Amino acid sequence: MARENDAMTGSKDGTPNAAEGAMQATAPVAAGDATGTAGTAIVNPATNGGASTNGGAANGSSPATAVSGARAADNYYGQEYIVRAKNIKKTFEVGGQPVHALRGVDIDIRRGEYISIMGPSGSGKSTLFNMIGGLDKPTEGTVFIDEVDMAQLDAFELAWLRCRKIGYIFQTFNLIPVMTALENITLPMIFAGASTDEQLEKGRKLLEQVGIGHRMHNKPSQLSGGQQQRVAIARSLANDPAIVLADEPTGNLDQKTGKEIIDLLKKLNKESGVTIITATHDDKMLDVSDRIVWVSDGRIDKIKRRDEVDITLGTLEGGVH
Amino acid sequence: MATMSAGPAKIDRQISLPMSQAMRIALRNITIRLGRALITGAGTMLGIAFLMSVFANTLAQQAANIEIPAQQATKNLWLVIMSLLVAVVGITNSMLMSVTERYKEIGTMKCLGALDNFIVKLFLLESGFLGFFGSLIGAIIGAVFVLLPKFGLWGSLDWGRFLLYLLGCVVIGSFLSIIAALGPAIRASRMPPADAMRTEV
Ligand SMILES: Nc1ncnc2c1ncn2[C@@H]1O[C@H](COP(=O)(O)OP(=O)(O)OP(=O)(O)O)[C@@H](O)[C@H]1O
Ligand SMILES: [Mg+2]
Repeated sequence: MARENDAMTGSKDGTPNAAEGAMQATAPVAAGDATGTAGTAIVNPATNGGASTNGGAANGSSPATAVSGARAADNYYGQEYIVRAKNIKKTFEVGGQPVHALRGVDIDIRRGEYISIMGPSGSGKSTLFNMIGGLDKPTEGTVFIDEVDMAQLDAFELAWLRCRKIGYIFQTFNLIPVMTALENITLPMIFAGASTDEQLEKGRKLLEQVGIGHRMHNKPSQLSGGQQQRVAIARSLANDPAIVLADEPTGNLDQKTGKEIIDLLKKLNKESGVTIITATHDDKMLDVSDRIVWVSDGRIDKIKRRDEVDITLGTLEGGVH
Repeated sequence: MATMSAGPAKIDRQISLPMSQAMRIALRNITIRLGRALITGAGTMLGIAFLMSVFANTLAQQAANIEIPAQQATKNLWLVIMSLLVAVVGITNSMLMSVTERYKEIGTMKCLGALDNFIVKLFLLESGFLGFFGSLIGAIIGAVFVLLPKFGLWGSLDWGRFLLYLLGCVVIGSFLSIIAALGPAIRASRMPPADAMRTEV
């Protein structure tokens, strides 16, 4: 039922642009490094610097420096693009009037990066989140996840992608109210076809990892907001996704709990190398981010690396253009 | 980028879950939301109780060798159809409410990798279970209501036929419940997850 309905449609244009071409030129070296010796790894920063510059140029951000090169050097995956969005536009019809939620967004996100998308309310953060997560279709433009054009996927492949490759975290936690914490976490594993034993073992392990092993048999209604968000984080990791998308994960939490959740996300990002993309209003998120993307009115204002951002919290929102 | 050597990542097709999993979750949903389930089931129950009482009356009259006037038979038929229609509308209504109430949950499940047909299965199973138990209880109530005072006829009653009617009632009740839920279930399954998430209920 509804087979085609859910499949992504949109631009089928997968032609690489100039910047991509340049990036791909460096690819053989990079690919070699995956299996390479320590010797080849030393060459890596330079290669990566080139690739980053190309990627950055497409976004209009400043060239990568040795810092990101060095960071990428100890992690080969650092230079591989897990998400590439090309000219994403999204227009909603509201009462016959077009609402332009996104007006052409380009963004490339490396594997293992921690990205924060900031911007005022209504700027299009959640819309961008939905496009990257395959939860909605762009009106125009293409999103590549791990080099796969999402517009080309049918409903079954899309469901597989959502199940295995992407984990979702929401502002309102969105746990299934009738299920216990443990059952909430095993649900994506059920969808992935894991055995009951695997489910329980992994579920317990994940709950321990996010620090609520002792509440695993509680229903969401019996947990605090912070605890529910921890369950949601554990659930997002259930099938070892490559990307975790978090839409305002701290939006419904107080400052202290929000900080704990941010620290937890950062810890998971560091430990398992999962790419984290958050849409947020929360300045506390800036400090743990590798890059920060500012959007306003459906466009990317600027993209900055953490070390380029002067963290004197509070003055940041209005930052330079 | 390893694309040159490795090519794009392999995307598989999501598996359809075995029926047993859908069954487990559906049963779970019913037991947890028992109040709502009972009301939905009660609609079916009443409709089927009426149907069964008509059947049982016919049997009792046959057992007592009373000829049923054709006029009464048609009237009964109409009453039965009306009562079943009312039951169907009632079930559709409660399934629609149940779906609306759970938009977010449906969206979440789709984010976690649920296929559209799993969502449909879930709602059909839920409705089917309610229909089954509702009509079973309804049929028993209808039969008891009519036949208990007429225990003098029990000896001459066609019990084989009685069981057949009972079974018929349960089948009709379950079937109608599933039909009634089909629309809401398909509607729920087709929602893009993003829309489901946005709805504030
Ligand atoms: N499904 C929809 N139908 C109509 N308009 C929509 C829809 N989704 C988003 N919009 C509009 O698109 C714009 C961007 O919305 P979006 O939810 O992406 O903003 P946001 O940056 O996430 O805001 P917030 O910080 O408040 O969550 C808004 O003007 C919003 O009204
Ligand atoms: Mg938002």
